[in-house]
Amino acid sequence: MTNKMIFAGFGGQGVLLMGYLTALTAMRQGKNVTYLPSYGAEVRGGTANCTVVISDDEIASPVASSPDYVVVMNNPSLVRFANMVAPGGILLINSSLVHSEIKRDDITVVPVPINELAHELGEDRSANVVMVGALAEATGVLSIEALKEALAETGLGKKPKVLELNRRALDIGAENARQALAKEKSA
Amino acid sequence: MAKQLMRGSHVLGEAAVRAGCRYYFGYPITPQNEVPEYMSSRMLQVGGTFVQAESELASINMVIGAAMAGARVMTSSSSPGISLMQEGISYLAGLELPAVIVNVVRGGPGLGNIAPAQSDYFQATRGGGHGDYRTIVLAPDSCQELCDLTFKAFDLADKYRNPVLIMGDGMMGQMMEPVEFPEPIDPASLPAKDWTLSGAKGRPSRVILSLLLNPKVLEDHNFKLVRKYDAVTREETDWEEYLLDDARQVVVAYGTAARIAKGAIKRVRQMGLKVGLLRPKTLWPFPEKPLKDLTRVVRQLLVFEMSAGQMVEDVKMAVEGQAQVHFYGRPGGVIPTPDEVAHQISHYYYQAGLMEGDKPSKRHGGVA
Repeated sequence: MTNKMIFAGFGGQGVLLMGYLTALTAMRQGKNVTYLPSYGAEVRGGTANCTVVISDDEIASPVASSPDYVVVMNNPSLVRFANMVAPGGILLINSSLVHSEIKRDDITVVPVPINELAHELGEDRSANVVMVGALAEATGVLSIEALKEALAETGLGKKPKVLELNRRALDIGAENARQALAKEKSA
Repeated sequence: MAKQLMRGSHVLGEAAVRAGCRYYFGYPITPQNEVPEYMSSRMLQVGGTFVQAESELASINMVIGAAMAGARVMTSSSSPGISLMQEGISYLAGLELPAVIVNVVRGGPGLGNIAPAQSDYFQATRGGGHGDYRTIVLAPDSCQELCDLTFKAFDLADKYRNPVLIMGDGMMGQMMEPVEFPEPIDPASLPAKDWTLSGAKGRPSRVILSLLLNPKVLEDHNFKLVRKYDAVTREETDWEEYLLDDARQVVVAYGTAARIAKGAIKRVRQMGLKVGLLRPKTLWPFPEKPLKDLTRVVRQLLVFEMSAGQMVEDVKMAVEGQAQVHFYGRPGGVIPTPDEVAHQISHYYYQAGLMEGDKPSKRHGGVA
């Protein structure tokens, strides 16, 4: 089983950290992983994305032609990546910032208003962690428990208070993804 | 030791330190700045020396100095910086000094761009600098192999007293993969070198120089180097074979391109195409013999490089006309997807009539 995913947004949204947390957690679960960040003459506010591959087998290519899952944090990323999602794949969008219509009916779209959710949690900067929670829930590629454990190894959980906050962010993301999926099914 | 998720540039630095490297000299250039970044703090911890030199020329000459004194030493740069070091690399080869030089290749020519490319193959494998010489060139394709080959690079450099080049690219430098590091080597436990310039107190003085004005003397020295290069070719040629057993077409690719090619091969295998990969791990010495041997059963080769076509020349020389050698290249820092490469593979596969039942021949897609 091999899952390829792309995280995309603008610089400052914690896009690369989302990918890193996902890859690190999968590695701790005994999976093979690759994490490939885009890089260039980057600026804050410019585009950022990274590709993560998680597999039970040796990973051939760290580059994804058609990722199974795409996480889109802002509108320009939607334009660039929405068409790349593999048929049957899952597209998670930050519905706080992404409002364009998605014209594909062969994929599952999971909208999560992560900026509002993070704000309610009391820490705007945890929006990316909320999204990782949503990704785990919607795809089943990682368990929330495994993510919570791996948090401490990243910069997202060095202080107990921050760790606790980010663990709650994961739960909130998962809960909202569950709701969004239930809504999609009933629609 | 538990696996660590690390980016290629940091893997390189950590592996070098563990291999006993205590001297790093370099000058910043993207996309390898994470190497000096890592070394600047790591060298402090192990009591080594880190110098951000004033230029690439200074870096490589500092490398010459440390190598003469017997230390395990490394420098790293990216394409334009490596061009500037060529004089020093030629001197290292002429002086027979061990050193490890890392090229995190970016798009060229000229200043080019900072995206991953493989356009320095000629420069790396043909010497790059002046004079009759060779550098050993290693081409890892994963973070773990980057670690393993960095260890190997220091060993080969010492064994043959020759500069060793590690060819990465921007993608290898930035990519993170799990890595398991070998136990660190204590530099003091490494075999003593009996040729270093370490102070002549109590022994006759030694001389290391590359100025050999008498042509006959220089010719002797050149032939000595040739014998050394022959030994390296015999002993150290290394490559990976991937799904070659039943292959009717074989892709030849190295480094990052080989990873993408493997992804492409997995795809076309699902379509029933019998395609394998031969991946050189040493670019010099080039795995000529396994390629030539391969042509006894495989007559269709596809060379894939992230360049306008450089290694393809070595492949053509290796097979001596016994196979059709096709080429697909994306220069300029473009990273093609496995899908794109799969299209190329299937295009040449069908064109040669390699599908089951097309041609009941032992020699698939014969060119006779």
